[in-house]
Amino acid sequence: MTTQTNENNIIIQANDLSIYYGSFRAVKNVNLGIQRNKITAIIGPSGCGKSTVLRAFNRMNDFVQSAHNDGKILFHGQDIYAPEVDPVQVRQMIGMVFQKPNPFPKSIYENIAWGARINGYKGNMDELVENTLQAAALWDEVKDNLKKSALALSGGQQQRLCIARALAVKPEIILMDEPCSALDPIATLKIEDLMRELSVKYSIIIVTHNMQQAARASDLTAFFTMDEDRAGLMVEYGETSQIFTRPKDKRTEDYITGRFG
Amino acid sequence: MASMEITQNINQSSAQNISTRLRRQTRIGENLIQGFLFLCGMISIFTTIGIVFELGKESLLFFSTPEVKLIEFFTTTTWQPSIGKFGVLPLVNSTLMTTIFAMLIALPLGLAAAIYLSEYASHKARSILKPILEILAGIPTVVYGYFALTFMTPLLRGIFGEDNVQIYNTLSAGLVMGIMILPLVSSMSEDALSAVPRSLRDAAYGLGATRLETAIKIVLPAALSGIIAAFIIGISRAIGETMIVAVAAGSGPAFTFNPFKGAETMTGYIARISGGDLAYDTPDYNSIFAIGLLLFGITLILNIVSRRLVAKYREVYE
Ligand SMILES: Nc1ncnc2c1ncn2[C@@H]1O[C@H](COP(=O)(O)OP(=O)(O)O)[C@@H](O)[C@H]1O
Ligand SMILES: [Mg+2]
Repeated sequence: MTTQTNENNIIIQANDLSIYYGSFRAVKNVNLGIQRNKITAIIGPSGCGKSTVLRAFNRMNDFVQSAHNDGKILFHGQDIYAPEVDPVQVRQMIGMVFQKPNPFPKSIYENIAWGARINGYKGNMDELVENTLQAAALWDEVKDNLKKSALALSGGQQQRLCIARALAVKPEIILMDEPCSALDPIATLKIEDLMRELSVKYSIIIVTHNMQQAARASDLTAFFTMDEDRAGLMVEYGETSQIFTRPKDKRTEDYITGRFG
Repeated sequence: MASMEITQNINQSSAQNISTRLRRQTRIGENLIQGFLFLCGMISIFTTIGIVFELGKESLLFFSTPEVKLIEFFTTTTWQPSIGKFGVLPLVNSTLMTTIFAMLIALPLGLAAAIYLSEYASHKARSILKPILEILAGIPTVVYGYFALTFMTPLLRGIFGEDNVQIYNTLSAGLVMGIMILPLVSSMSEDALSAVPRSLRDAAYGLGATRLETAIKIVLPAALSGIIAAFIIGISRAIGETMIVAVAAGSGPAFTFNPFKGAETMTGYIARISGGDLAYDTPDYNSIFAIGLLLFGITLILNIVSRRLVAKYREVYE
């Protein structure tokens, strides 16, 4: 399935992507072009392979021994699964924020500095910490407690710290896997506002099972569902407003109107 | 319809018997189990108290004999009960030496094996290596003793020269003790590493960390308290190990820092004297209780210090 969008603006592109866990095909034949500086939401029922696809975009599936792919993922035209590509470099350029906030059991400062340091950042660390915390809308809340353990923060603050930590590595794309599912509504709105600000500089892909969130916070939406053989597939992809008001596919319509299953 | 009837029934019955239904139940099984578990805890506490009491009592006897002076016991370097010289330092020294040699093997290799098993090994490699380590842990220590005497010592003598290395020496005993303790250290460390949540590794990998950076800078610090505990148990084990040193380290107290010379350890001495035909209530015989108490004290201090260290440096994850 292709979209009516500008091909030059594609930053990462899945081409005929199928992902297997052992012999089980979890995702089949996905063609998805992600646009630069846009927020792309991936929605769909539980188990349809949203996380699997997302984790394929920065090779986090490499850590699942049984996982392997067919097809290609092109990042600026380069296949990130080509043998000469270093997955560590891929993950530096394509960062990730996880479902459950997972700050390191270190200080707030160290949480941000760590990723930058291992990636060879030589600049002023204090400045970087301040800038990324500002960018993640967390600076005002933590500036007097940078030495405090990150685990003392609230869930919403922890998640913004995880976003700041990802920014400190200077990625181009930020992948978010249901980043708000463990947060209360106010913290959720804060993250959504933050995503909007970040999309000026970064391209964001967010997996969510919250349709209001996709409708509120994203520019484009990809709807996934499952086949009879439990393989996930992409049904429809387009402008968020179009998907939620004039879906082309019956299955999309059923899902967004709550008639799924 | 059916479901509505059921709800009504429940409502009625609970309205009628609510006080009966909510009344406190006596659960005899629950109480019995609780009592039994309490008893088990008590047994281990009383055993410890009993041992300390017995050691203390006999040590008091030892220290109250006229030939024995507390200061000399701790500060002089000759242990020759037959001529009334009771300086414990030679025994302590050789215990420390064998322990240090053992730890030079067990701590780095044990930790490296643990990191490999928990962070690098495939399922297949792990399923082969773990049973091998467990077998290593199950070999009786007397066998290790003879392994030291018939394999390690000849090896050392081959490398360093027969003139330099005595048949009984602390280095051989210590190294083999390290091999014996290695599986303990590695399996406890691996447990600690594996208990670090997957999500922390994901966080590190997601930032573009390599496996090594993740293992050393994220997983290891997060598992530090468990790893230090493994080290302390390994050290305690080495200090208390008896059979290997009794067989391979030599059976005569000697104050030497030369690892190629034989020197009896505290445990080796206790084993020899308690197995020998010395009369009870002689200072020679009673001395083993004093040494036993000292051993107990050393491991106790080790435990206390390590708890302090752990509390200070660990990174708590949820
Ligand atoms: N590590 C794994 N090993 C085997 N199967 C997996 C693994 N992770 C996910 N799956 C399977 O892949 C399918 C898609 O999972 P996932 O991508 O997590 O779905 P979603 O995020 O849309 O809920 C599910 O059937 C799930 O059981
Ligand atoms: Mg998921």
